[in-house]
Amino acid sequence: MEKLIADLKRQIIEALNLKHLKPDDIGDDQPLFVEGLGLDSIDALELIVLLQQHYNIKLADPQEGPQIFKSVKTMAEYITSNKTA
Amino acid sequence: MNYINRHCKIQHRILSVGGEVLYKNIDGSLDDFLDTGLKALNIAYPKFYKMDRPSKLGFIGAEVLLKGAGLLERYAPDEVAVVMASAHSSLDTDLRYFESMKTIASPALFVYTLANIVAGEICIRHGIKGENAFFVLPEFDAAQLCTYVEMVMASQKTKACLAGWADVMGEQHDVFLYLVEKTNTAGLEHTEEQLQKLYQMNYGKVDSRP
Repeated sequence: MEKLIADLKRQIIEALNLKHLKPDDIGDDQPLFVEGLGLDSIDALELIVLLQQHYNIKLADPQEGPQIFKSVKTMAEYITSNKTA
Repeated sequence: MNYINRHCKIQHRILSVGGEVLYKNIDGSLDDFLDTGLKALNIAYPKFYKMDRPSKLGFIGAEVLLKGAGLLERYAPDEVAVVMASAHSSLDTDLRYFESMKTIASPALFVYTLANIVAGEICIRHGIKGENAFFVLPEFDAAQLCTYVEMVMASQKTKACLAGWADVMGEQHDVFLYLVEKTNTAGLEHTEEQLQKLYQMNYGKVDSRP
């Protein structure tokens, strides 16, 4: 899980062009949206693309988005439980 | 009569304001110039890194043009207009978006596939809520810009206008922005001839790379 979280932080910075941040600047439980990293709705779409590109996971139910993308840790948990072998 | 009170240019990876070179990075790529320029100018705006190249160029131009101008201290947000033009519209970004479609289309690129988004980014940054227009023209057209800006300035509502040209295609870029007001602080009348003269002025060393 630790490696997955570290990978995710690097991938999020690259995919979302967060050039002002380093992986260590993102807390595992830090909210990704609004008061946390301040991501917006377009970033949410890029996170969905990230899951598909890097982990071959398609979000089945968009309603789950807010819970899955709550933090890097919740994303890692979702990937772990949904990643195909 | 309206007046050009400030003007800036970005050409050949050289940023100049009022004829003085403020920043240059002629050895790197345009992307290098834009990202290092933001740091050199001490501008903290994380959203900049998400922008496409036309928006980054317009953003930096507007930033140095409006810095210290006290525009929104003197005018209400809806009294400031933005009138811009370019030749390549959003083609530079359109092509990058088209490339992304070969795998999974990028939503972040898609939102920049509009010419006038550069004006939107400038308005968001500076809180400008006045008239705005964006023209796609074959080349810099002083007459067209001058005529339209004069028309906007003739309205009761508009007191100032950020106007100009922001064109980019690949490494080729050409930005000329200026601030028009009803009051005269720089002795430059807003005329077609004056705009053409300012646009054609060369500042600093220019390299010959495409």
